[in-house]
Order: sequence, then structure tokens, then C-alpha cells
Amino acid sequence: MMAEQDGLTMVQALNAALARAMSEDARVLVLGEDVGVDGGVFRVTEGLLDRFGADRVRDTPLAESAIAGLSIGVAAQGFRPVAEMQFMGFIYSAVDQLVSHASRLRWRTRGRLTCPLVVRAPYGGGIRAIEHHSESTEAMFAHVPGLRVVIPSSPARAYGLLLAAIHDPDPVLFLEPKRIYRAGREDVPDSGAAAPLDSCFQLRDGDDLTLVTWGAMIVETLAAAEQLAAEGVTADVLDVATLSPLDMTTILRSVEKTGRCVIVHEAALTGGFGAEIAARLAEHGLLSLRAPVKRVTGYDTVMPLPRLEHLYMPSTERVLAAAREVLAFS
Amino acid sequence: MVVVVTTVASFEIENTGYLDASGRPTRPLPAFADDRDELVSLYRAMVLTRTFDAKAVALQRTGRLGTYPACLGQEAVAVGLGAAMSPEDVLLPYAREQGAQFLRGVTPTELFLYWGGDERGSDFSGPREDFPICVPVASQVPHAVGVALAFQLRGEPRVAVCVSGDGGTSKGDFYEALNVAGAWRLPAVFVVTNNQWAISVPRSAQTAAATLAQKAVAAGFAGEQVDGNDVIAVRDVVGRALARARGGAGPHLVEAITYRLSDHTTADNASRYRDDESVGRHWREDPIARLRAYLTAAHGWTKDDEEATLASCAKDVERAVEEYLATPPQPPEAVFDYMYERLPADLRGQRTAATEARAAAVPSDDG
Repeated sequence: MMAEQDGLTMVQALNAALARAMSEDARVLVLGEDVGVDGGVFRVTEGLLDRFGADRVRDTPLAESAIAGLSIGVAAQGFRPVAEMQFMGFIYSAVDQLVSHASRLRWRTRGRLTCPLVVRAPYGGGIRAIEHHSESTEAMFAHVPGLRVVIPSSPARAYGLLLAAIHDPDPVLFLEPKRIYRAGREDVPDSGAAAPLDSCFQLRDGDDLTLVTWGAMIVETLAAAEQLAAEGVTADVLDVATLSPLDMTTILRSVEKTGRCVIVHEAALTGGFGAEIAARLAEHGLLSLRAPVKRVTGYDTVMPLPRLEHLYMPSTERVLAAAREVLAFS
Repeated sequence: MVVVVTTVASFEIENTGYLDASGRPTRPLPAFADDRDELVSLYRAMVLTRTFDAKAVALQRTGRLGTYPACLGQEAVAVGLGAAMSPEDVLLPYAREQGAQFLRGVTPTELFLYWGGDERGSDFSGPREDFPICVPVASQVPHAVGVALAFQLRGEPRVAVCVSGDGGTSKGDFYEALNVAGAWRLPAVFVVTNNQWAISVPRSAQTAAATLAQKAVAAGFAGEQVDGNDVIAVRDVVGRALARARGGAGPHLVEAITYRLSDHTTADNASRYRDDESVGRHWREDPIARLRAYLTAAHGWTKDDEEATLASCAKDVERAVEEYLATPPQPPEAVFDYMYERLPADLRGQRTAATEARAAAVPSDDG
């Protein structure tokens, strides 16, 4: 077993996955603002310019729609671009390209042109970033048919899922929870093995409760599960990982066992992706449920600036409170 | 104290035309215009386009085609640029480039299918790498940058040719794309079809810029104007831009000045915002009549030649109409089958439900 400092952070794991993909497949390109000499503002692309050259690791002009749009064009020509949006807060000028084109190029042309594109974007709060740098709007994109939305929650899953996203022949929006970019280390062998897309990861096994989450909220959710375990209550903890297309089978199977479910996400409540999971539980799992489904989420407010952002982000205490409420229901 | 003012940048925009509105040369023509067959093929392509266009509008008016954007009066732009392109180049059209698409091997049947509401109309049997028609204005321009990047990375002597309209030059995507193309010196030619109208908004209200061609200057490359109703000029100017881009000289912008004689689409009524008199004036600039006059004067084009051309184009279009109308709709599963390379498990249930619902609703669909 490796000492903790010997493992990789999520940033390092993502970097290793990019290097692996680029060394295995000459069609893989890395594009974005400051991805070259600077190695990306979070250093995810560090060292790639030196190793793979300026043709394949390209600093783009500062224009998100152009980054997405030209990535679609070069993908249609058979390349495998991995485009970086510097922060998810800047992705909105590229939404037209992702929604009107990336998600449907295959469909519009009956498979004649395809879009094997990965758009990476750091997202979420908790690092005391400036305005417009902390939102979680994954549900907006999960609503778009044809656009895979993938969110890793650990260094090893980040490595495997990014490789899977690059290998995938269709567009993937890969959202990186920057609060846990460097929060922990994990042994990540550079095996080149992709992790499965469209599948939940089961992080804890339990009988009494199902906790469903993704991204950085894994931290608070696992802490809550740990606390509950100390009290003799065991929980399944599911990391959804691919929001769309959703692996509802695993979630339903868990709820059939536990009968109780809490969904945790950092994004705002209304229209958040938890609503989709809760609706599907109502449609397909109602008779398994022994308590109402609870959601622990950010509020329907603007994401506060750093002085107040801790009030917005779901805490372990809020997860525990919801879990206890659901467990007490009879 | 002497204040020294230095000019650090300046630009000029050229405008090229060869034939006046009545088809008389105003200057020596480019060499290809000596070739009668070459001019006849340009002429036929314009006539085919206009024949297709008229038929498409008629089909829409009789409920057999969806909303359709006619290209009446603009045929020389699309035909000129289509003729200038090499087969290995890639066309990224807006929606009024029927003439270019036909020259590149898109069939009239495919365009009828597309405007008739069938995705198979964008599965071009001919130019497999050309992009489909792009409805969200100017959103195709960044794609051209990506296509050109692919050519540059592979060292291929190919050019991405992207067409947008005068309204499209107001969009952020247009500026962003030109800027990247200039910064990376990509092999791309941007053709702006300035037909004077973005639905109801005239060119004069679209921008205070004196020309649309000069928008390239801010992106670090040259732009020029061409008489978009002179197919010889379009073919010539775009051809030279393509040759330069193919040789590594980077991108170029061509603003083709023309006039939309039709409504914006069959859902539009242009009499709400412009008068017949001004449209009538522009009919005198008709690109087809112009080349016909030159062909007649310089290359002995006869009434028989004319009638044979009209008849042959009408026959091609009629055959396409028959093919289009005889094409059965796609099966219900086609709604799902091109969303992803492999249909995700989460969609399988929806696909099954849709297919079964359809089968139950229309049991006799297959006879």
C-alpha cells in the first residue's frame, strides 16, 4: 500500500490520462486557453506541450464559442479534440455550439459526420474563487440529448473516466469538481484502462439508506455515511458519475433494497439533476420507497461570493439531517 | 513640441467584376472564360439551381415541402464558389448555397428531402465530408476553422469554404472564427453572401462598416468584394483565394454583393418591408440573364441551346421530385438510431416504447 503522498491528486490523474491518450492516439488534441506553456490554470495540461508539441497542444484565442465550434469541426475531420473551458462559468458562450451542433452532428447527418469531442471544465464551489467561478450547472447540459455529462469524484475515477470520454465516439462534457482537484491522493496506476461510462460507482454498501451524489459532494456524503455507520445505520453511497445517460438501474436496485433515498448535489434545487432522479424513483420505484425522497442541494439563489459560499454548499450536517429525517419516516 | 502621428495600419478593399448588368465585359476576362464549355457549365448550374428553387417553392405552396429559403437572384454566388472549389475541399454552407451543393454532388433529391423534413437529406451521397445546411446563423463558421485546422495538421492541400450571410457577420461566432483562422493562418475561405437583407433588416442597418469584407482586416487577413451577380467574377475571385489558401497563404474573405429577389423563406412576406419597385430594379442585375447575354454575344449561344438547357434542367428536377415524393419516411427507430454510436441502455426503453407504440397505431404501415 502506497503512502498517501505517493498517490496522485485528481489534477495529476487527469494529466496522466491526457498524456496516456495522446501517446496512444495521434488524433488526440488538447485545445484551450492557457493549456500550453502555462499548463492550464489548474495545471491539468502541464508538460503536455513539451511532450507532444504545439500542433497537438494548442493555446487558443480567448473565445469559448470558437473553441467549442472549431473542436466540432476538427472532430468531424477525424481528430479527437479535448477542449478545455477554463471555468464552467465561461462555458455559456459555447452553449450554442454544444447544444445546436456537438450533440446532434451524428444525428443530423445520419452518422455521416460525427463529433468525438471532449469538453473539460472545472466546476463547482468551495475554493474561494472570484465571481462566476463556482457554479454547478450540470443539469442544464444533462437536459441536452446527445451530450454525455460525466463528473469524476476521485483521482482514479478521473483517470479512468477521462480516458473513457476520450475513447468515446460521441461528445462528452467532462466536469471536474475543482474543490477536490487536490483534496486527496489515490493510487492511480497508469494502466490505460478506461472506467465504464453510463454507470454509477458504488462507494459504500449498506442496507438502511441510499445516498446518491456526484462530484465534490462525495466528500460530505461519505462523511455522513461514516457518521451514520458509527450509529449503526448503513448506507449505500452511489456516485452517479455519468449524469446523462443515467444509470437508473443501479439506483433503483439500491432503493429496492433500502427503501429510503437522499440525493445530494451542490447545484441549486429547482430543476437540479436530483429532480430527475427523484422523478424516476417516483415513476419506477414508488412501491420500494418507505419514505419520501429528500434532496440536499444548494439554494435557488446566486452562488455567493467566498464569504458566504459555505452557507450555500451542502454540509455533512445537512446531509445527516436529511438522512435522519428519511430514516425516521415510517 | 511637435506631435508626430504615425499611421500604423491601413487597408483597402477591392471590388471585382467583369460583366456589366447587360453582360458586356468591362475589362479583359479571366482565362477560364475563353472556354465555352466552362461557361456553359456555370450557366447550366445556375439554371438548374433556379429551376430547383422554383419547384421547391411550388412544392411548399402545395403542401409537399416544408418552409424553404429560396436563393432567387443569388445563384451566381453559390455556383461561382462551387465551381472554384476542388472536390477534396470541404463546403460549410448556410442555407442558400444550393448551386454550390449541386456542383459538389449533393443531389436535388437530397435537398428536397432535407427541406421536406427528412434527416437523410443531409446524408450526402456525394461530398461525404461537406457539412450540412446550418440554420443557426453563423454557427458554422467556427466549424470551418476546425476543418481547416485538420487540413493544416495533416499537411493536406485542401481548403475549408464557409458561407454566411450579411446578417451573419454581426454574430460573435463570425468574429471569433475569423480571428482564430487569422491567428493560426488556416486554409479557409470565408464567403459572405451579402444579399442586402437579414429577413427584414437591410444591410445598411446591420452595421456601420463600409464593407463586410473589411471585417477580415481586424482578424489579420485580407478581404475583398466581388460582384455576386457576375458568376465569372465570383469563380475568379474565390478561385484565387482558394489557390492562395491551398498554397499556405492563410485565410481570405470574399464579400459577394448580390440581392435576394425572393422572400426570406416561404414563411416570409417581403412586401412588409420592401417595395416591388426596388426589387424590380434588382431584377435588371439578374445573374442568369447576364451570363446568357455574354454567351450569346461571345460564344454563339442559341435559342436551341437555351431551350435544351431549360428542358434538361427541368427533367433533372422533375426526376428528383418523383424520387423525393416516392421516398418512404424513416422507420420510427430512426428517431433513436443516430443519437449515439451505441444506443445507451437508458434510451433502449424509450426506443422500444416508441417503436411498439408506432406499430400498434399503424398496423398496416408496411402494407
